Amino acid sequence: MEFIFFLAAAVKAGTCLLYATLGEIISEKVGHLNLGVEGMMQMGAVVGFIAGFTFGNPYAAVFCAAIAGAAGALIYGFLTISLKANQVVTGLTLSIFGVGFAAFFGKNFVGKKVPEAITTFFAPIKLPVLGDIPYVGQIFFNQSIYVYFSYFLVIAIYIYLYKTKWGLNTRMVGENPVAADASGIPVDKYKYFNIALCGALCGLGGAFLSLVYISIYPVNVVSGRGWIAVALVIFAMWNPGKALLGAYFFGALDIASFWLQQYTLPVSIYLFTALPYLATVFVLIFTSMRKSSNKKEPAWLGKNYFKEDR
Amino acid sequence: MLHIVKKDVPKTREKIVVRLSAVLAALAVASIIVLVAGANPIELYIGIVQGCFGSLYRFAATIEKMVPLLVLSLGVMVAFKMRFWNIGAEGQFLMGAVGTTLVVRLLPDLPLPLMLLLMIVVSFAFGAVWLMIPAFFKARFGTNETLFTLMLNYIALTLVTALQYDFWKDPAANGMPKIANLPENALLPSAGGFNLSILMAVIIVLAMYYFMNRSKIGFEIAVLGESENTARYIGINVTKTIIIAALVSGGLCGIVGMMQTTGVSGALSTEITGGLGFTAIIVAWLSGLKVPFVVVNSFAFAVLLQGASYIQTAFQIPGSVAEMIQAIILFFILGSEFVLQYRFVSDKTKSEVA
Repeated sequence: MEFIFFLAAAVKAGTCLLYATLGEIISEKVGHLNLGVEGMMQMGAVVGFIAGFTFGNPYAAVFCAAIAGAAGALIYGFLTISLKANQVVTGLTLSIFGVGFAAFFGKNFVGKKVPEAITTFFAPIKLPVLGDIPYVGQIFFNQSIYVYFSYFLVIAIYIYLYKTKWGLNTRMVGENPVAADASGIPVDKYKYFNIALCGALCGLGGAFLSLVYISIYPVNVVSGRGWIAVALVIFAMWNPGKALLGAYFFGALDIASFWLQQYTLPVSIYLFTALPYLATVFVLIFTSMRKSSNKKEPAWLGKNYFKEDR
Repeated sequence: MLHIVKKDVPKTREKIVVRLSAVLAALAVASIIVLVAGANPIELYIGIVQGCFGSLYRFAATIEKMVPLLVLSLGVMVAFKMRFWNIGAEGQFLMGAVGTTLVVRLLPDLPLPLMLLLMIVVSFAFGAVWLMIPAFFKARFGTNETLFTLMLNYIALTLVTALQYDFWKDPAANGMPKIANLPENALLPSAGGFNLSILMAVIIVLAMYYFMNRSKIGFEIAVLGESENTARYIGINVTKTIIIAALVSGGLCGIVGMMQTTGVSGALSTEITGGLGFTAIIVAWLSGLKVPFVVVNSFAFAVLLQGASYIQTAFQIPGSVAEMIQAIILFFILGSEFVLQYRFVSDKTKSEVA
């Protein structure tokens, strides 16, 4: 029974990662490696909390968080798409900016409680029928509405990327913008749209932490989870479905060191936190060895597209 | 209709004018945040300058911040020159610091000169190995090094966390999770706030200038960065070049771990890098991967860092404001690159040229 609680907690811990990972998958699919995930999550977390605290309305809080994340992403987008700045450097800068932004605007809110109206709105709700399935129900279907929305997003994003014309075009831009441009796809528009979407999702991931995961606003609520999300994208091989499993696995590892404190173990529990990164490294190596193109990163990832070079 | 075309290589004077205007524009935007924080922007900017040059002590602090950034940037630069995106400087830095501490733990009684020499060698080796792992997989299988080196940062960080909280925890620290300070015979000699790492940095700058611009291997790295096919065609051993560049790049970042442990912090800790490994990537990139510009830009960033820590105490401004100002300046400089590299032409002029 205790293990079931652990798994349910892992799903909750993994949800913030899932939002950010889905966002970064979309961004990388369109060819943009955005290392600003940490920054965008921080911006979403702080803006979401401030909006929630001020208005006491969960919809307003979530909406503002998504806007904040998207705004951060658009700084990155403008610099890398229109001004052709280096993606790695711009992304890192966005992370520095977002961390500073959250620390500055969140300073006066440290120690404040999430308003009652929001806590009740996001409290776990047991779903009818599904929630009664033994084990599975307790793990997956006795969660916050914020968690349920992430299930929906996984399916929606899968359909968007693989079953719609827009998704096909998006992936084409990420694989070969030259060919995409030649066949009349507005490359820059696709890039801007998907990068903004990535930012909004990262913002939502950050706000999950500040509105649902914690009850009192701490000094640094995201604290490096954005980098785990970057790792997860590779671990999930750019696939939304695998991102869901990966997020819960990484979520489990995130809380594992806390849970394992009650047992005496032959190894240091601090080494457990390295597991997500080690797992990612192995995935990176194996995918590069296998050479199958649908499980690798988009061909144009990290490279800017300069139309006149064509 | 307007088109964007690549420009010829911009002149140094144009570069300086564009960059300075970018910084000024950034400071104008940053002023809004400073006003929100409840301070006078002009006073604050003057405060930053005073915090760096106001006294010999503050100037020494600026140089102390410049040295690690400079060496890290040079390290990162070598890999970048080859289009090998080493964003793992943080991890190599940490591993260098681990190696340094290991030397002291294994051989605590060495005399100072021998101790320092051994620590330099070991920290170089630790940093180098930490980058040669991804370099090997890059050369062998084409494994993405950007993501690999990023992951290795966090693996190194967890290792240091485990050392600090478990394996190397100082029993004399009353349960505080910290690693014992280094003994006297393992600290870099210093005078008036300036320590020996400055001299090391000067030697490294000169050596790197020679390595990048005059040596055969430096030339091979540059060719490989331009085009792998060209490199193969003129008979460069690609795998060997990648490995050597990774050795130098990771090794330099590793040495920074030694400099900071023995010269600044006095002990290994998870906080030792202060994010400098990431800042170094930005410095190397903005310097166009050229040694003299790396020196200039490292100094400029050190001024920002030292100024930031000064205004925190002098103006009661939170450090996060300085972080944001730094990021805003970077955004503007990154954007201004566009002005240097591209220009707009209308259809009409384009057809005239044609």
